[in-house]
Amino acid sequence: MTALLKTCDALGFTWFIPFIRLARRENPNEQFRQILVNLGVPLLAVLLFLGAWSWVARNVEVSFGAIPGPVAVWQEAGNLWKDHVAERDKEKAFYVRQAERKAAHVTKTPDKPWVERTYAGKPTFIDQIFTSLKTVFAGFLVASLIAVPVGILCGLSNVINIACTPFIQIFKPVSPLAWLPIVMILVSALYNPTDPWFEKSFISSALTVALCSLWPTLINTSLGVAQIDNDYLNVARVLRLGWWKKITKIVLPSALPLIFTGLRLSLGVGWMVLIAAEMLAQNPGLGKFVWDMFQNGSSQTLAQIMVAVFTIGFVGFALDRAMMSLQRAVSFDANSIR
Amino acid sequence: MSFLRLSGVSKKHGRQSILRDIDLSVSEGEFVAIVGYSGQGKTTLMSLIAGLARPDEGSITLEGNPVTGPGPERGLVFQNYSLLPWLSVRENIALAVDTVFPAWSAAERDAHVDKYIAMVKLSHAADRRPRQLSGGMRQRVSVARTLAMQPRILLLDEPLSALDALTRAKLQDEFADIHRTTGATVVLITNSVDEALLLADRVIPLTLGPGATLAAPVAVDLPRPRDRLALNHDPRFKRLRADITATLLGFNAARTTTLTRKLVLPDILPEDLDQPRVNRPPRRLSEEKREIVSVS
Repeated sequence: MTALLKTCDALGFTWFIPFIRLARRENPNEQFRQILVNLGVPLLAVLLFLGAWSWVARNVEVSFGAIPGPVAVWQEAGNLWKDHVAERDKEKAFYVRQAERKAAHVTKTPDKPWVERTYAGKPTFIDQIFTSLKTVFAGFLVASLIAVPVGILCGLSNVINIACTPFIQIFKPVSPLAWLPIVMILVSALYNPTDPWFEKSFISSALTVALCSLWPTLINTSLGVAQIDNDYLNVARVLRLGWWKKITKIVLPSALPLIFTGLRLSLGVGWMVLIAAEMLAQNPGLGKFVWDMFQNGSSQTLAQIMVAVFTIGFVGFALDRAMMSLQRAVSFDANSIR
Repeated sequence: MSFLRLSGVSKKHGRQSILRDIDLSVSEGEFVAIVGYSGQGKTTLMSLIAGLARPDEGSITLEGNPVTGPGPERGLVFQNYSLLPWLSVRENIALAVDTVFPAWSAAERDAHVDKYIAMVKLSHAADRRPRQLSGGMRQRVSVARTLAMQPRILLLDEPLSALDALTRAKLQDEFADIHRTTGATVVLITNSVDEALLLADRVIPLTLGPGATLAAPVAVDLPRPRDRLALNHDPRFKRLRADITATLLGFNAARTTTLTRKLVLPDILPEDLDQPRVNRPPRRLSEEKREIVSVS
């Protein structure tokens, strides 16, 4: 039971804790109050929001027709899921047919080579979510691999910090939409392998995400390293720790909470940037899905875009929670993170 | 030849002199206590000996070698323990042992770490993090870490100042034991005259800053081991304590300054009660259109 409590706390499911305590018969009145506050208030707020939304939906008319209410959006989400399932079935059927044809071909004309084809159906909404996730993690990884080491150097050396400051200050506020054309041009000029591992669009989206999500990690890492308690550094000096050992044993563990704060912010920024980049660059992903829906202007357009908006929100929320749990798991000072 | 020698050491912070003309020589196996008020440069003096700071003038030598930077041969026990909170007790000590004795085998190093954990009676808590330890236990870990480096000299910088009285007394006895059994050379910095007299062979008062320096040393010729209860009734102990306390208080008396301050009266005049009581603003001297002539 205590382990379950700790898990809930670590995952950020604080609203669930009163239920566990209630099951343990710990001060029931207090638990009921907690449930009412932690669960009842947000639930009420959501109901109010849904009510206001329905009211607007019934009373406002736009060029695409009526604004869809919560029910229409929910049904559309169901439709998108059905589309996905249907598309998967079609794909499966395609490969089954291809296998049959291949068997026939090999028996009939064994001397002619068989050309295998991949299924060319359009990506579904679910596919787009996973493409977006893949892209954001690729960009986030690139950003972290650059930002953490550079941040450590900036934090350790005042000279490097002063050298980096103008770049950080100037590039940090640049919008992803400004980076994107430069990145796309550079990628198409420089990335031309005969047998590409990645699509060009994937690389330019990921790099744009990286360029924009670099800064929070960089700034927080250098702050975390610069704030290390002088006593810990004195320990390193008295022990005459080597440079590498000083970084791994003293600097990194001490700065880890702030590094993870930076990473968490970076992932959030990256997720926001990605949607914009996909929309503008027509790179596959949720952003392109929204843009395509906007362009085709059917009667379901608004509902589908709203499904995408909620999906983007929920995925972003899940990413943030995942990073927070990770941050708590690796930090020595778990109490300081909220 | 003295073991640790400071000659003509001075240290400034900006233009403010913190320490000046520090001459100190400590022989091997000696326990020296430096007593002084808080904030007068005691910790600066310890940083200089440890090599964490460099003196502006003068030289510091240990066994004839000049001190140019920090090193494990001068084991510093930090005032605030400075344990790494992300490492367990064992890991904290092992980090020091692994760094100082890289040539030893892993088994030798493990045994060495265990030995010092046992020495400070923390074997039961070896896998806990510093956060889970009491103040006294943390300081013991810090001492064990320093002793495990097998320093030539032990530097204790107000090691017990953050502890409660009972833990303090207990650790004082442990320090005395460590000094007796290992024969270590120790420099202790403290603000407690009793603590200095209980532990040291020689007590040196530090004068007040700015520009603090060492006063004449007082030899403590009390027999060891010293029992804190018996000491309280020992006339020699009482005399030493009275002498040192008087010396320390003397520094303060010499520095007492007088402050003259000009008092300014509030800018308001008494109300004329003969006038009808209406809502009128208070009269202020500075707003009156008249001159005040003082007649002497």
